[in-house]
Amino acid sequence: MSLFLEISFSAMANGLHNWLAGSISNATLVSVTEMAIAGVSLLLFLVPLCFFLGYMERKVAAFMQIRLGPNRVGPKGTLQIVADTVKLLFKEGLTPNASDKFLFNLAPIIVVVTSMLAMAPIAFAKNFQIWDINIGVLYVSAISSLAVIGILMAGWSSYNKYSLLGAMRSGAQIVSYELSVGLSLISIVILTGSLRMSDIVASQADGWWIIKGHIPVIISFVIFLIASTAEINRAPFDLAEAEQELTAGFHTEYSGMKFAMFLLAEYINLFIVSAIAATLFLGGWMPFHLGNWSFFNNVMDYIPGSLWFMGKTFLIIFIIMQFRWTFPRLRVDQLLTLEWKYLLPISMVNVIIVTMMAIFGWHL
Amino acid sequence: MGSAALILLIIVGIAFAGGGILVSKAIAKTSKNKAKGEPYECGVPTTGTSWIQFNVGYYLFALIFLIFDVELVFMYPWAVVVKSIGVVALVEIIIFMFILFMGLLYAWKKGALKWM
Amino acid sequence: MELYDILFWVLSAIAVSCALGVILSRNPVNSVLFLILTFFAISGHYVLMNAQFLAIVNIIVYAGAIMVLFLFVIMLMNLNADVEPQKGQLVQLAGVISGGILFLVVLASIKTAKAEIMDKTSTDIGLISNLGKVLFKEYVLPFEISSVLFLSAMIGAIVIGKKEEVKTSATAKMEHVSE
Repeated sequence: MSLFLEISFSAMANGLHNWLAGSISNATLVSVTEMAIAGVSLLLFLVPLCFFLGYMERKVAAFMQIRLGPNRVGPKGTLQIVADTVKLLFKEGLTPNASDKFLFNLAPIIVVVTSMLAMAPIAFAKNFQIWDINIGVLYVSAISSLAVIGILMAGWSSYNKYSLLGAMRSGAQIVSYELSVGLSLISIVILTGSLRMSDIVASQADGWWIIKGHIPVIISFVIFLIASTAEINRAPFDLAEAEQELTAGFHTEYSGMKFAMFLLAEYINLFIVSAIAATLFLGGWMPFHLGNWSFFNNVMDYIPGSLWFMGKTFLIIFIIMQFRWTFPRLRVDQLLTLEWKYLLPISMVNVIIVTMMAIFGWHL
Repeated sequence: MGSAALILLIIVGIAFAGGGILVSKAIAKTSKNKAKGEPYECGVPTTGTSWIQFNVGYYLFALIFLIFDVELVFMYPWAVVVKSIGVVALVEIIIFMFILFMGLLYAWKKGALKWM
Repeated sequence: MELYDILFWVLSAIAVSCALGVILSRNPVNSVLFLILTFFAISGHYVLMNAQFLAIVNIIVYAGAIMVLFLFVIMLMNLNADVEPQKGQLVQLAGVISGGILFLVVLASIKTAKAEIMDKTSTDIGLISNLGKVLFKEYVLPFEISSVLFLSAMIGAIVIGKKEEVKTSATAKMEHVSE
């Protein structure tokens, strides 16, 4: 396999390690320097990613509504988000007088940190992930369940009725849809027998689960998409920040950079959810392989794994962005009905079917 | 990188978010105005406390969620070993999920899954 | 194992100081948030003992689910206000005495307990596949019985939270009056 990009990634990491070990004698200092480099490169990846997602969201919205979208700042409007960020940077960050000031200022940081923590087990390419934890899938669902705490903190500390209402709604919504997300993750875990992200990707070397797993896996993929869209509070499940009824929901009182942090966390979460879906159902960085067509498989191998991963992730991001302009926002009762009366029973039955498939070897 | 990655991510997150907010605080223009500290409720002066009492429905959903969440936690180790144990594990989980499904049906019948 | 010891002490300090924060902060919402931090520190201890599954479950169930429930309860009962109802002197005295007795019992049990020093790094008891094998081969019956426990908990919650009959009769009366 000539997956040159991964090789260059691992080579870069190894070369860096060797170079540092050669020039600095203290082992602790070496690892600290490596950590610092990893942290900076993570930021250098995340910030442009969020800029791009913001741009992409506007362009997709414009595309779906037959508009032009941003097209003035920079070539084809690409610098619009940069301009917006600079604008937000120069805005005054207000803190309401009656608010719980400490929690009010802490909440945006908590939200960003939780979404960053969820980045750890994502496999960008072969041997290229921050932490290949042996319970990767479970880790992601644990961290995503923490996002609700930051939102509840923000909503409560603002001392604003809209904020509190939005936060409570979002709390009920996130915890409800977490169950369906968990059950659809479990259906893939059953098929692979491991929670480790690299094992899950490796199990799809001879075909992605969405193809190998027949209809039950497709069902759990669809459930995962719906439920995780709800979990990251995106339209049509954006009741927590429904503009028309709650002004802006839990971040009504936030302005300037603190507001930007919520926006940033939302985009990071969007990326993470899509990356998880791409890894579990669409094979992560694994190229598209078909049975024993060796020529076709070889051609596919020439496309680097990180490109495959990014392509799949952005495909899913594109789908989730289209949801926003396709479906009207749900009411609270519709939202809870959808989860508790449709998605949860369906995914419970689906897990049983997938288990039978795994035990009796009905999958490809 | 191992579990040190967690510390790294926490530090990066705090540094990035906190740094952004602090930089903005340093360079942004500020002005004093009494109305700025008021709750933003579309211009109308707010009445009563904003930390209001909530509907019992939220609590009910959180409780039902908690039970299903613990069920999910049980299912992760099961999902890892189900292939190696085989049909026995399938039967075990069918019984387990059936009993919980009864609970869901009960909640459904009692109208606990209906909003308000 | 120098780093291990540093991490152990840092996590312990966080856990203890946040636990103190839970009981010392006057605002119930702040208490809940301190409790979340305490759970985090304890999860850190689990990770140090190579029991990642336990650590994550601690976060999912306690820091995630139960804390959301606590926050909802606080909002439901409207305990937000800083004003705490003043308890009578007798009640305070009783609290001090019973708390002191509990402390004494805990102290006595800790004093006699034999501390087992575990090998910090080589243990793999906490790994999820071992746990799954033990749970679903040797402890099948307790596992199934736990589902009945969940069922009863759910029914209890619904019975307490949802007073269907009372509500319907009240609304029926209302409708009757309006007619």
